[in-house]
Amino acid sequence: MRAAIECSALGAKTALICKSLLGKAHTVMAEGGVAAALAHVDAQDSWRTHFQDTLFGGKYLNNWRMAELHAREAPERVRELERWGAVFDRTPDGKILQRAFGGHTYRRLAHVGDRTGLELIRTLQDKGVHQGIDVFMECTITKLLQDDERVCGAFGYWRETGRFVVYRAKAVVLATGGIGKCYKITSNSWESTGDGHALGYEAGAELVDMEFVQFHPTGMVWPPGVMGLLVTEAVRGEGGILRNNQGERFMEKYDPKRMELSTRDVVARAIYTEVKEGRGSPHGGCFLDISHRKAPYVRQKLPSMYHQFKELADVDITKEPMEVGPTGHYIMGGIKVDADTGASGVPGLYAAGECTGGVNGANRLGGNSLSDLLVFGRRAGAGAAEYASRAAPPRIDPTQVENAAGEMLGFFERPGAEDPYKLHVDLQNTMQNLAGIFREEKDLTVAMARLEDLQQRAAHVGVVEGQRMYNPGWHLCRDLHNMLICSQAIVRAALLRKESRGAHSRLDFPKYDAYWGEHNIVIKKEPGGMKVQARPVVKVAELIPLVEEKKAKETK
Amino acid sequence: MSIRTFSVWRGDRNGGRFVEYPVEVEEGMVVLDAIHQIQRTQAQDLACRWNCKAAKCGSCGAEVNGRPRLMCKTRLDALPAGEMVRIQPLKTFPVIRDLVTDVSWNYQINKKIPPFAPRPGASWVMRQQDVNRVQEFRKCIECFLCQNVCHVLREHERKSEFYGPRFFVRIASLQMHPLDSLDRRPLLKNEAGLGLCNITKCCTEVCPEDIHITDNAIIPLKERVVDRYYDPVQILLRKIRGAKVKNAPGE
Ligand SMILES: Cc1cc2nc3c(=O)[nH]c(=O)nc-3n(C[C@H](O)[C@H](O)[C@H](O)COP(=O)(O)OP(=O)(O)OC[C@H]3O[C@@H](n4cnc5c(N)ncnc54)[C@H](O)[C@@H]3O)c2cc1C
Ligand code: SF4
Ligand code: SF4
Ligand code: FES
Repeated sequence: MRAAIECSALGAKTALICKSLLGKAHTVMAEGGVAAALAHVDAQDSWRTHFQDTLFGGKYLNNWRMAELHAREAPERVRELERWGAVFDRTPDGKILQRAFGGHTYRRLAHVGDRTGLELIRTLQDKGVHQGIDVFMECTITKLLQDDERVCGAFGYWRETGRFVVYRAKAVVLATGGIGKCYKITSNSWESTGDGHALGYEAGAELVDMEFVQFHPTGMVWPPGVMGLLVTEAVRGEGGILRNNQGERFMEKYDPKRMELSTRDVVARAIYTEVKEGRGSPHGGCFLDISHRKAPYVRQKLPSMYHQFKELADVDITKEPMEVGPTGHYIMGGIKVDADTGASGVPGLYAAGECTGGVNGANRLGGNSLSDLLVFGRRAGAGAAEYASRAAPPRIDPTQVENAAGEMLGFFERPGAEDPYKLHVDLQNTMQNLAGIFREEKDLTVAMARLEDLQQRAAHVGVVEGQRMYNPGWHLCRDLHNMLICSQAIVRAALLRKESRGAHSRLDFPKYDAYWGEHNIVIKKEPGGMKVQARPVVKVAELIPLVEEKKAKETK
Repeated sequence: MSIRTFSVWRGDRNGGRFVEYPVEVEEGMVVLDAIHQIQRTQAQDLACRWNCKAAKCGSCGAEVNGRPRLMCKTRLDALPAGEMVRIQPLKTFPVIRDLVTDVSWNYQINKKIPPFAPRPGASWVMRQQDVNRVQEFRKCIECFLCQNVCHVLREHERKSEFYGPRFFVRIASLQMHPLDSLDRRPLLKNEAGLGLCNITKCCTEVCPEDIHITDNAIIPLKERVVDRYYDPVQILLRKIRGAKVKNAPGE
């Protein structure tokens, strides 16, 4: 949405396409806040510290230039939101309030209670529609159309009618979010099927850092229907304490310096280990307790958590601890883009947000995603508008359109077809059990074989029931295709990275490896299939002193 | 584990009927879980909207046993035990298929409301107590349940003269923003049809975000409209000083 606003502000005719209704995208669920070194609460904060924290969190695999731009520009993007009507929580002297979050040296997250994403999305939505952007809702794109290499449009279907639609465009920006639905336990919605990752990959763009999937340490574990639902890190930011069934504050063992506010990879592994070693809570998690804070404070600062637990789990968090455990949350990896313009390697194709890789490296800090969307959304929008202003008119190739339509209609022509829902469950189990928080060679090899098997089966999925109008079974048939591409990319990259770093933990290689500390893994579609390869980290010479300073501090 | 029967409306704009599905229920289950189970095991093409499963996106509204609710927030154990659960689409909006309705009218209305327009030279210093009220309105997740129950829209179908409670909340969030510079009272009085609301409070009762739609948004807005149009002192002052505040377009 931020990309569309920029594009249209620069005079380009802009359309915004989304699978759901406008304003319902994943971002609406973001709770804790948006990270920006505004230095309203802690005056010492600056973009330099934010940059250093982001790199430390990402275990130095980040694209340095992206991390730099992100840290430098986030404060201006947040102020801009305020000018567009967002109403953040205030400091006593009337400025934007900031809260503590894991891995951030200073209190840095601008927030609105625990519904920051809603504020962000509503603000952008209102800005966008009043700026004349054409919005196409409940429309799913299944293919990017290309003129030779160049992207010149997109093919999709309307969910409502099942009819097909072709968009002609001089440039396309992908901002499709995450891949959470590849996993069984996830905080993500049905939309997170890695569409952008897959569309970009199929059009020839490179994917980077796909092995890094963030498991958020605190998802709900009970009742079963809400398993995986997020419990915001803001609970820990506001002082929440983690305990095991012995009542021990176990983070003392894993990260005595940062405790509960250690980076997410560390906390998630700590909880997992506690549970595995028999010190878990009754429903297979651990306890998160905020009840030492005053009840009115908790209700004001964490209103949606209060309601979520009260209504869904019968737990009053002002009095009792919550039960929480790790949940698949975010993918650091994605389309490899130019830091300044959001351009992928494919002419005319741009990307921003969770479907890109680079800014977060091996692990993302909380709050760095909302700021990422704003900073790089704006940049990708500008990049695409600039490209469009000098690009030749797009030419659509009718054969590509026919093929795309044929693929979608094919799902109706398979009597005795494979059930897409069953296949999806099998995929989720495979990824959850074999490519989850802890990984090892033998599991990953099995995962690879199973994915190949699933791929074969996916060729036979079909619509068991119903017509083209608003048919979720039909939609899932196509989503599986994207999830399989992403899952394969994750597993292949995870196999190659023979070390443990950030969100990627190999039981068979538990330590850092010097070579891998300097390399990202890049994935590209080649005629022979998926090609996986190591590539040196993108550094910026002027920033070396900052990075060395941080490394020295952290090893002390 | 036990079995419960769900009666779900299936059909499209040409009509439809209730179909019964037995569902295995577990502890802590919500209505949306049951719908998903039906999709997975009995009716793959059952259409419904959802995203967050956490009462944050406002997609999953439906009428459960006659009452508009978010399906992801409605616990089965909160419904009368042993009885069939009846689920149908929101009545006020045209049905597309099964539980999915066409809510595009709401998006058209939103477009008509002049957006936030900060006062030139604003300092951007706002105190928490001055924004509390606006923040309450900004909690709205656009589930449109309030629009669905309001009798002006539901029984009298006056969509062309009345914006509905959701958009009174929206206007209130702009009108009461400490730094906004537009006057949307003419809009409220005319196109938005604020006068048609007779404060039945049905909207407030169904709001899943507990926004006090009537007490905190609608009534204060009505008072402001009265102040502008009928308060003799105000009218006099306006005559003397000339119209000081800019009117929102659309007057
Ligand atoms: C519960 C939760 C809490 C979070 N809290 C925080 C937080 O506090 N701070 C923070 O910084 N980050 C947080 N995150 C992460 C952050 O919310 C996400 O990474 C971010 O919102 C992703 O935004 P996006 O714009 O990239 O994608 P999304 O918001 O997921 O939007 C993707 C859009 O693309 C559309 N789309 C996808 N595929 C297609 C297709 N094929 N055709 C057409 N349209 C398509 C979708 O409809 C949607 O509109 C949280 C995430 C979750 C799940
Ligand atoms: S209070 Fe007004 S807006 Fe709300 S339901 Fe009643 S008539 Fe409609
Ligand atoms: S005001 Fe309440 S009921 Fe109405 S749309 Fe917003 S959240 Fe839903
Ligand atoms: S699914 Fe988002 S409100 Fe119910």
